[in-house]
Parts: sequence; C-alpha cells; structure tokens
Amino acid sequence: MNDLSASSRINYQAVMVRPSVERRIRGLSDKALAWLFITPTIVLLLAINIFPLLWTIYLSFTNYRANRPNAPTIWLGTDWYQSILTDPDIWAAMQVTAHFVIWTVVIETVLGFGLAFLIDKKFRGHGIWTTIILLPMMLSPAVVGNFWTFLYQPQIGLFNYVVAFFTSGDASSFQMLGDVRLSPWAIVIVDAWMWTPYVMLICLAGLRSIPDYIYEAAEVDRASKWRQFWSITLPMALPFIMLAVLFRGIENFKMFDMVNLLTGGGPGSTTEVASITLKRAAFESWRTGYSSAFAIILFVTVFGLANIYVKALNKVKSR
Amino acid sequence: MTSANAAHSVVEPSAVVRRFAGSLVVLYAIITMIPLVWIGLTAFKSPDDAISYPPKVLFKPSLEGFCNLFTTRSRQTPDFIKTLGPPQGLCDSIARSRNMVVAGPSNYVPRFFNSLIIAFGSTVLAVALGTLSAYGFSRFRVPLKGDLLFFILSTRMMPPIAVAIPIYLMYRTVGLSDTRLGMILLYTSVNVSLAVWLLKGFIDEIPREYEEAAMIDGYTRFQAFVKVVLPQATTGIAATAIFCLIFAWNEYAFAVLLTSGNAQTAPPFIPIIIGEGGQDWPAVAAGTTLFLVPIVVFTVLLRKHLLRGITFGAVRK
Repeated sequence: MNDLSASSRINYQAVMVRPSVERRIRGLSDKALAWLFITPTIVLLLAINIFPLLWTIYLSFTNYRANRPNAPTIWLGTDWYQSILTDPDIWAAMQVTAHFVIWTVVIETVLGFGLAFLIDKKFRGHGIWTTIILLPMMLSPAVVGNFWTFLYQPQIGLFNYVVAFFTSGDASSFQMLGDVRLSPWAIVIVDAWMWTPYVMLICLAGLRSIPDYIYEAAEVDRASKWRQFWSITLPMALPFIMLAVLFRGIENFKMFDMVNLLTGGGPGSTTEVASITLKRAAFESWRTGYSSAFAIILFVTVFGLANIYVKALNKVKSR
Repeated sequence: MTSANAAHSVVEPSAVVRRFAGSLVVLYAIITMIPLVWIGLTAFKSPDDAISYPPKVLFKPSLEGFCNLFTTRSRQTPDFIKTLGPPQGLCDSIARSRNMVVAGPSNYVPRFFNSLIIAFGSTVLAVALGTLSAYGFSRFRVPLKGDLLFFILSTRMMPPIAVAIPIYLMYRTVGLSDTRLGMILLYTSVNVSLAVWLLKGFIDEIPREYEEAAMIDGYTRFQAFVKVVLPQATTGIAATAIFCLIFAWNEYAFAVLLTSGNAQTAPPFIPIIIGEGGQDWPAVAAGTTLFLVPIVVFTVLLRKHLLRGITFGAVRK
C-alpha cells in the first residue's frame, strides 16, 4: 500500500512539471531546436580549439616566452617564419618526418592490404584471428611504445634475442634505439606493428564491397586470377586503400607519443620528427613565439596536403 | 552455414587456398601477439628473471612486479630489519627478502583513478554534445552544414603539441592547469568531433518516418527525439562512447605536457616507474597489463563497429 501511494505521488509530480517544460520546448521551431542542439558543440570547439589557434597565430608574430610572462612582448612580424623556413635543423626534422611517414605508410599499406586479401578468403576461424590482429592498434601508443624500449634492449631484449637467433649473430652487438642508422627503423617497426591492422581493416571493407557477380562475370570471360586481381580487385579497393593512406599519413605526420617514449628524438636528432622538435622548442627551451610559428607551418602543411589528397581521392571515387 | 550454400559459386576460394591464406594470417597474428604476451609474462617475473639472458619463457611466477607497482620501498640494513616485527603481508615479505621495507603506497592508484575520472567525464560530455549536434546536422537544414561539419573534423588535424602551447597558456591564466576539469574539457573538445561524425552516420540510418509518425501522434519534435530516436540510436551511442573512452584512456601527449601531479593520468606515469638502477621492468609491465586489460575487453565488444570508429564514419559496413 505504502509503495503504491509513493509511486502515484511521483507520477502526480511528474504530471505537474511536464506541461511547463513541454510548452517551452513545443514553442521552439525546428530551426531554433537545430541551433540549440548544435551551438554547445560549436561553442566548446571555439573555446578550446579556435580561440587557442588564433592565439597561436598572434604569438607566432611576437617574441613571447611562456617562462617569462612579464617580459614586454615585442611584435616581430614574420621574422620567425623566415628563420624557420631557412633553418637547416628544421629541414632535417622534416626529412626525418618524411622518412618516418613514407616508410610506415608504405609498409602498413602493403602488409595491411596483403592481410586483408588473405582474410577475405574466409578461412575457418577468420573472425577470431582478425580480432586478435586488431588488438595492437587499440592500445595506448605511449604505454606500449614504452614497453618496446625493453624489447629493444641489447642483450636482454626479446627483439634483439630473436634477431640474433635467426641471424646467428650476437644479441648485444646492435642497439636499435642507440644506433644512428638503426633508430629511424626502430620507430618504423613499432609503428608498423601497431597500425598495420588499421590499414588491414579498411582494406578488408574495400574488398568486401566488391560484389561477387563481377568476379563471376570475369570467370565466364575466362579472365585469369592474376588479371582479375589487377583489373577488378585492386581498382575497386583503391578508394579504400587511399582513405587508409590519408588517415595514416595525417596521424604519422603528427606522431609524438610513441617516438617520444622510444627515442625522445635521439640519438642526437636522428629520430627527431617534427612534433618532437616542436615540443623541444615549446616546452624545453620555452621559445613560445618561435614554436607557435612552427606549429602554424605544420598545421598549414597537413591541412594543405590533406586537401589536395582528398581532391585526388574524390576523383578516383567518381571514376 | 552460409559458406556451404555459397560453395557452388565459381568465385569461392578452394580449400587449399583457404588453408594457405589461413596459415599465413595465423602466423602474422602469432608474431604480432608476441610483444603483448611478453608484457603479460614480464609482469609476473622477478626482476632477475625479467633481465636474464637468454630471455626466459618458463620461470617461477612472482608478484614482486605488482608489489613494486603499488608500493614505495626504502632500503634498510639487515640489522634494522631484524628489529622489526613480522612482515605485514606478501609485499612486505618480498621487500624484506631484498633488504627493504615497504614505505607506503605508490602513485599508481591515484594516477589510474585520474585516468578513470577524466576518461569517463570527457566521454559523457562528448557523447552528450555529439548526440545533440549529430541529430541537428542529420535532421535539420543547417546553413553552411558542410562547412561546419568540415570545421568540426579539421580540429583533429592539428598536431597535439601545437594545440598544447596555447592551451598551456590559457589554462595557466584561468587556473585550469593540472586540474581534472581542464583535462576533461580538453579531451571532450577532441572527442566531440569524432562523436558528431560517428553519430551523424548512425542517426542518418534511422528512418525519418519513425519520428514523423510519432509527431503525427502528437509528440513534439523534442519528445520524438528523446523517445523515438535515442532508443534507436543506443548501439551507435554505445559504440561512440567506447571510442571516446579509448581515446581519452590512451592519450599521452596532452597529459604529459599539461599535467604534472594532481591530474596526471596513467600513460605519462607508467614509463617513469623506476626501481633501483633504472627501470623496474616487472613493475612497468604490471602497470601496463592492468592498464591494457580494459581496452582489450572493449576491443572485443566493439569489433563490429571498429571500422566505422577508426574512419570517422567514412566507411560503414
């Protein structure tokens, strides 16, 4: 009895409250509701993305240093941009970044497409194995990248041991992270290990989007498997492969966490990708104005390259 | 079994091809799992076993890594340790066998807790904002819709370090540096772009007729959204939430640059777990294992929606 009366009281209150709320919302036109729904997101992005971006643009024209907030701020014009674009160290960092981006994207695309092609043969248990292969890409690049420094230890590291075992060499004779020739490849290996499944997953979607009847028609025409691959499979999966390349390219251009933990840009500056250079300038030498200018240059570069690429992608798609 | 039906098709791969493809994929999967298995094994090794040569696959399991992860210890003389009473629990007895005593809890639990609060807080906010905006973009004629959607996406193209510079200054000015609220707002702003794009795809797939029917029955647009669209979008909202959660959980760049103690999450903390004479690998592995397990579970739960999530909804199955 008691319970019943309590619940009916709650209902009664609900009925009391509802009309006023309803009247307020019913009064809204669709247009007002649309803005009501969209504005909070836009406001948040303006506050936490756009305002800071504008601030960065302003700072890039000044000599501001975050560790000396009270020093007078002097307007420098485009001085930082000129000095960055003529700085050989910056170009060296861009070359390191290009090496990293190009090799990771090439390796991940070849391996990822190959894996997708094999998985698409739908062998028994392919679902479980696909999920297992996908695991590395979901994990924290920082936490897992950090653990790779252990695998790369000379002598005690598993990676060195396995390489030495198969080449019958000496596990302590090479240092993946300490050698200027090997360290650029050390970061490529970890990135490929982590992100090949990403490309695989997108390529798999591409392969599955090709309808069976096209292959059936090709069989009727007695096209060889080889011919079918080059004339059907690859062209029809191409937009998907290109999309995967776009996402990996942007992500690896921005790469920071894994490289920072594996090598911190070293030895020397052999693995100093652009984000590491930026972090060193901004948060170690506190050259805020200079690093802001470099940040803007990087952003414009990614944005420009991505836009050109998307145009090409759309052209391929519409073919 | 659909495969049995389709076996008559000329395009079905033969049994030999299937077995060959299967064994290559399994080989790759096994190789790719070795580093992860190694993390799990190292977590249960004693420090000596962890750095032995050749690397040990079989070893006597030890909880020393977990003990070292959760405690701080101080070195004492054997004479001093003799004067103490019996060891308090397993970790204390392990520590005493190494001439040390447990001095107190480590920072791992508070850091893990920060990760939880920041990840859940930012996920709830991002999904709430994202659902509203996605519905708005999906159903209403919004001026400059394409531009707004592209603007929302383009905020993801900034390198995180570039965003961190002004955020660092801004948070210092308004007093949000090294606070959980600051990190929640920052991760929300990053995740909301993903949430809008993903949820717009999910809501686009819900037929408009459902709401229109409800509105003919006297529902207002808002009621139709709450009572018809939201229940239909539950799967999409859940999948989006898990993606946001995983991003915030894994994030390192902002966390390492913008937090130092109070609001520090686990990713910047785990790599700096050190013992005497360098990194304490069993403790690092133990911390890593505990940190990764939830993500492994989520990945298995999410496998049907992974493709959508990683491509911002650009590819749907």
